[in-house]
Amino acid sequence: MRMVDAIREAMRAELAADPSVVLLGEDVSVGGPFGATKGLQDEFGAARIRDTPISEAAVMGLAVGAAAAGLRPIVEIMFMDFATLALDQLVNHAAKLRYMSGGQLSIPLTVRMQAGASGAFGAHHSQSLEAWLAHVPGLKVVAASTPADAYGLLRAAIRDPDPVVIIEHRALYWGRGPVETGEAGIVPLGSAVVRRPGVDATIVSWSRMTATALAAADLLAAEGIQAEVIDLRGLQPMDTGTVLASVRRTGRAVVAHEAVGFGGLGAEVAARIGEDAFDALRAPVQRVAAPFTPVPAAPDLERAFVPGATAVAAAVRRTLARPDPHRRSLEEGR
Amino acid sequence: MLDAETPGALPRDPAGALALLERMQLLRAFEEKVAELYARGQVAGLVHLAIGQEATAVGVCGLLRPGDTVYGGHRSHGHALATGADPERLLAEIAGRVSGYARGKGGSMHLVAAATGFVTATGVVAGNIPLALGGAFATQLRGTGGVAVAFFGDGAGQSGQFHESLNLAALWRLPVLFVCENNGYAEFSPLSAHTGVERLATHAATYGIPAVTVDGNDLGAVREAAAVAIQRGRRGEGPSFVECLTYRLRGHYEGDPAKYRDRAELAAWRAKDPIERLAGRLAETGLVDAEAAADANRRARAVIAAAADAVLASGPAPASDLTTDVTA
Repeated sequence: MRMVDAIREAMRAELAADPSVVLLGEDVSVGGPFGATKGLQDEFGAARIRDTPISEAAVMGLAVGAAAAGLRPIVEIMFMDFATLALDQLVNHAAKLRYMSGGQLSIPLTVRMQAGASGAFGAHHSQSLEAWLAHVPGLKVVAASTPADAYGLLRAAIRDPDPVVIIEHRALYWGRGPVETGEAGIVPLGSAVVRRPGVDATIVSWSRMTATALAAADLLAAEGIQAEVIDLRGLQPMDTGTVLASVRRTGRAVVAHEAVGFGGLGAEVAARIGEDAFDALRAPVQRVAAPFTPVPAAPDLERAFVPGATAVAAAVRRTLARPDPHRRSLEEGR
Repeated sequence: MLDAETPGALPRDPAGALALLERMQLLRAFEEKVAELYARGQVAGLVHLAIGQEATAVGVCGLLRPGDTVYGGHRSHGHALATGADPERLLAEIAGRVSGYARGKGGSMHLVAAATGFVTATGVVAGNIPLALGGAFATQLRGTGGVAVAFFGDGAGQSGQFHESLNLAALWRLPVLFVCENNGYAEFSPLSAHTGVERLATHAATYGIPAVTVDGNDLGAVREAAAVAIQRGRRGEGPSFVECLTYRLRGHYEGDPAKYRDRAELAAWRAKDPIERLAGRLAETGLVDAEAAADANRRARAVIAAAADAVLASGPAPASDLTTDVTA
């Protein structure tokens, strides 16, 4: 199944199961620009599947208010860049109403945001802003790298009692993969998964960069280096347990993401490793991220912007090329 | 403009009329107590009082029924009280005590009393307006006939969320009542420094929303306009907009010397005090005499005094609550 179809099937399943689930977004009745919502209005009606004006702030606020009143709205933000227009409602209201009310209110809201750089869409239709959202107490943030996870995480998000942002990378929409539908296919929020086991280094990634990390692991395997690839999936909450357990085994870590590096979630992962697994590290943690620029429009520049497998593989080699402090101390001890 | 078919603006029975007066007196006593506690250092933070604006809160909320919802802003102690929220728990919340509605985690600008339909207040000007649309959307989908009320000041009328919400509410015919409490000042500036539009109700016309501007210090005028608007919402006829011309008799926040207003202006508005005007009118009509009004005021003040005593005897917000209620 293609990821875009898995997303639609997840919404269809929850819309069918729970009459309080509603879908709001620009042009959702015709499927939006990528077809993720196509056919849902025919099946569930115009009262529950609502086209909205281009008013992200009011639509997000309406959804937050509806969630406070007991509905389970799904909001589609056509491009994550436009979430900037809805940040007051997401950050100041959706995220904080449970806390500010002392638990009187729940906001079971799901926000799907299509994101990432591909297709030369330029600076206003390509950003990866997950670090902004994961920084806000009260919001949950997830990113799928496979159709199965897109299905399972979305169903979990719709059922969750808190606001959940789902980041969907458009470059993955048409990729195919097996999807287990039904209850068994639901993926818990905040659970990382090891995509490829390895013993020499750990690569932590999410969204489209997971495929890049796997490609890097292939390159490294040809050199006899066995890299373990972790797909973080949950960015807030973050499954640091899976990351730390891996790093304790491999002693080396690379974090690879498409967002720019400064203040990105790679820094958070690196800091957690430094705080909790420093003793296991045989080399400094390396980050692979986009250069600190807006996303460029020209196809050649966009290709240069998005980190590739060779950059990830090079970062892994850097962790291996450094002197191994443990080995050195052993040698000195002889 | 709203049509003319309205129920009686003020109740014709003495008990009903007295209850409205007493509720306004309760709001006044509550906010004066907040000011007193703030001056004594027993309430901290940013506190915005609506003394002088009691007729709008009581005028609108007195017409609501269970299932209706109310969304306030930063100056919303009175809106919460007018829905019937417990004064002691509200005061405790404002004073940062464990017995508050949110055990002190919300505070003055973020009150929530869900049980009485006061869904939330917000510290972000106009941020509550889309939330009210959401409440209205839920009742529309469920067909319950409930309405949602957004209270906001004139300062909100220049924000994007205000205009987006008016458009969306009209487009979807949502049962929402926009109540603009136009008190003439957006923070420290007169409205004329923020917009060339004199009456914010004119914005509603742009979006095809019936609107009326009323004397916001006249409880009967507020009730008359709100009753029509609420009926429209219950009948599925969409949103309405009521602009209430009023005045806050204190500064933007406690501690604001409000030097931007002249004394003559303040004196003129003091003469239009909504509580005194209502008491005078009820006395004229013979519904409630001066003695009964004074008794009601004593009762309201006793309720607030007892609430304040209980709040001050209550414990502080406990540190163990710091990290609870972030997520479920």
